[in-house]
Amino acid sequence: MSIDGQSTPAPDESVRPAVSAPRRAVIVGGNRIPFARAGGAYAKSSNQDMLTAALDGLIARFGLQDERIGQVAAGAVLKHSRDFNLTREAVLGSALSAETPVYDLQQACATGLETVVGLANKIKLGQIDSAIAGGVDSASDAPVVVSEGLRDIILDLNRAKSLPQRLQILSRLRPKDLAPLAPGTAEPRTGLSMGEHQALTTAQWQISREAQDELALNSHRNLAAAYDSGFFDDLLTPYRGLTRDANLRADTSLEKLASLKPVFGRNLGAGATMTAGNSTPLTDGASTVLLASDDWADARDLPKLAAVVDAEAAAVDFVHGKDGLLMAPVFAVPRLLARQNLTLGDFDFFEIHEAFAATVLSTLAAWEDEEFCRTRLGLDGAFGSVDRSRLNVNGSSLAAGHPFAATGGRIVSSLAKMLHAKADAEGRPVRGLVSVCAAGGQGVVAILESV
Amino acid sequence: MTDTYTRLVNSGAGRNLARKLGLPQPAVLRRYQPGQPLVVGPVVVVGNSPAADSLATELLSWDLDVRRHAVPAEKLGAIILVLDELEHPADLEQPVLSAAGSLRDLRAGGRVITVSRPAAGVSSPAAAAARQGVDGFLRSLAKELRAGATANGVLLSDGTTTTSPSALGAIRFFLSSRSAFVDGQFLTVSSPDGALPANTDRPLEGKVAVVTGAARGIGAQIARTLHRDGAMLVLVDIPAAGDQLAAVANEVRGTALQLDISGADAGARILEHAAQRHGRLDIVVHNAGITRDKLLANMDHSRWNSVININIAAQLRINEALLAADHFRSSPRIVSVASTSGIAGNRGQTNYAASKAGVMGMVRATAPLLAASGGTINAVAPGFIETEMTARIPFAVREVARRLNSLQQGGLPADVAETIAFLASDAAGGINGEVLRVCGQNLVGA
Repeated sequence: MSIDGQSTPAPDESVRPAVSAPRRAVIVGGNRIPFARAGGAYAKSSNQDMLTAALDGLIARFGLQDERIGQVAAGAVLKHSRDFNLTREAVLGSALSAETPVYDLQQACATGLETVVGLANKIKLGQIDSAIAGGVDSASDAPVVVSEGLRDIILDLNRAKSLPQRLQILSRLRPKDLAPLAPGTAEPRTGLSMGEHQALTTAQWQISREAQDELALNSHRNLAAAYDSGFFDDLLTPYRGLTRDANLRADTSLEKLASLKPVFGRNLGAGATMTAGNSTPLTDGASTVLLASDDWADARDLPKLAAVVDAEAAAVDFVHGKDGLLMAPVFAVPRLLARQNLTLGDFDFFEIHEAFAATVLSTLAAWEDEEFCRTRLGLDGAFGSVDRSRLNVNGSSLAAGHPFAATGGRIVSSLAKMLHAKADAEGRPVRGLVSVCAAGGQGVVAILESV
Repeated sequence: MTDTYTRLVNSGAGRNLARKLGLPQPAVLRRYQPGQPLVVGPVVVVGNSPAADSLATELLSWDLDVRRHAVPAEKLGAIILVLDELEHPADLEQPVLSAAGSLRDLRAGGRVITVSRPAAGVSSPAAAAARQGVDGFLRSLAKELRAGATANGVLLSDGTTTTSPSALGAIRFFLSSRSAFVDGQFLTVSSPDGALPANTDRPLEGKVAVVTGAARGIGAQIARTLHRDGAMLVLVDIPAAGDQLAAVANEVRGTALQLDISGADAGARILEHAAQRHGRLDIVVHNAGITRDKLLANMDHSRWNSVININIAAQLRINEALLAADHFRSSPRIVSVASTSGIAGNRGQTNYAASKAGVMGMVRATAPLLAASGGTINAVAPGFIETEMTARIPFAVREVARRLNSLQQGGLPADVAETIAFLASDAAGGINGEVLRVCGQNLVGA
């Protein structure tokens, strides 16, 4: 059968058997700092400051002082050029051994999850025994870039050999060259912001304003309840006076959310549904996850919460409008589940990153659409439904905020803790699915299973 | 750090000025550093009993310069009066006056220690009078000593002698600079349990200790001191103080456990953490505490309740979990932080004083429950300690408060921590249900 999409192998014709790695990579735990709204509590904190703080909290929680970790990987989406060794610098400023090797990674909003996947694979292969994955982003302390004209002049000046040459180059300078370029989230190939892209997808899948506001409300309620129950006591270390995510509105309501004016897709007129309440705000924050082989964790009497089972990345052609910018996970999840012989019914928890409420709802709608699943995923019928009572049960990005590269670590640590607790309570293995969409039409998804 | 006034009157010009004006002249106290000599100068052991002889022999094995008679005009490090055979108040004269002749030869920061029997429980009125007499004698002498010298007493219950491990442990503690701010106090050795450490510089080697309220102040210092003495640490504080807690944990190579000790499952979570990471738990220091000062007339529900809840109810609940736990059975130690406010009372602190007096009551009643597993529970009662909290007291009040003790200065968090470290050690295994004040012999209270 030929389809106009990305085929999903049927479980029985999988190219590979379910991955049987030589050994497991387990999640020991995590630590993040509370997320702050851009321009808020961390307005004067750099990426390096925040990542170091998140690392030091993790080190303190698990007694990793002076430990030489196999490898640390983290990254930031909005990154100063001077921070080419951001993670290494953070490790050198932390209580870890200075002999800990490090790499930086950048994969837009999937950065955090990709560091988990990459390091877990290294552990499974036996290349390393322990790892710390992480991510950080500051929308407040973002790099400001000079104009192309000014950059050109500065570089030419640098190459000039004589005073007349320099004066001649300087004479090219025009007032407009002095205006700095603020960082933006516009896609380079379309010129549309992420929100405008999602507005197109939202309209395509006819996601209602009410459904989006309800998802946002649940995110705030779930996150507030998680804080009240002490869920974050061993997942978070306060920073700069913040003890909870600053974006959390425990007292928000459908009425309040309904009163907000649309900010994206306004050219759709009455069809504009995306507001500041059902979209994530620009956020500052950092997160870390401690990964290990069973032996390494056992030797140090560390807890083992969940294993990183498998992961899949996908990308979509949003440039030509074939798919929505943030819809890559729609393709990644069916491929991943097919490889693992699993269905959506086999999961106890779903963590679908709430870039926008409509992103989550569009993803779910696509999986429930028979036509889409047949023609674009190459399945026999609808991929399936996600049990809403298992979705983002302790809140997600709409409430917590979304410091781009830090979101993966936030989700993985929280999910690992939830899986461990549920497996403990019910005496059976428990599975969770993580899905993170990213700029550039990309997405990374992963399966965690309780240990 | 020594306060500004104390630094001033210990400098050349300041010293002369203070002397001429008759101002208090607090001494810069000698404080403990690993490896420093236990006592600087000879130690005179006064007393003719066999227990005095055996103590002197034991002290010789500590490489001390032990004398049975003082040589006039020779500077002394310490005078130990062994008074274990007093039968009548008249028996005090000979040893006391013999020590009196040496007092002027006591070095700055010198030590006087009495070793006697407790008055309680003895049937002879004359013996009881003599034993009780030591109490008044020692407390008065402590007030006469100058230049950072202190006087403290060890009380030997029936079944213990001068060479019982905890008698030696207490004598060693009082001799050392670890007890710099303990003055005019008695410590009762109630059993021959306990053991002297193999390495006196690391008496807590290999022990697993929990310290609550460890994010700052006295708690953070307790963590540093226990770490220095060799313990592995689990540091507890409320989640909101997690960043400071993490910094302390990383400094002392311990683990940070963010939890509210007033939660119903706090004891279970502490035990679970210690069991998972270390397989056991040896020492619990109940340091976490809060103040919510108000005159009783203005006291409200939340001020009263939060203080009682955190300062004493939480300790009771956690102790219940500890006493029931399999991982807390091998000579366990609990040390609680009480307060001199709980002894003498303090205006505006009815809630705080009730909670801290409650700690002392709890310690006495819990002692027999722990004794069954070779364990002990004791409290320290700090007086005026230089912390962030006391730094917020208005200047004049603070300046008066810190001079109102025999050492004429505030204590340091390290002084409280050293006392806790001693009570948590094997050497204190025969000391149970005691409240030891770390107050420089504060003039208010007992």
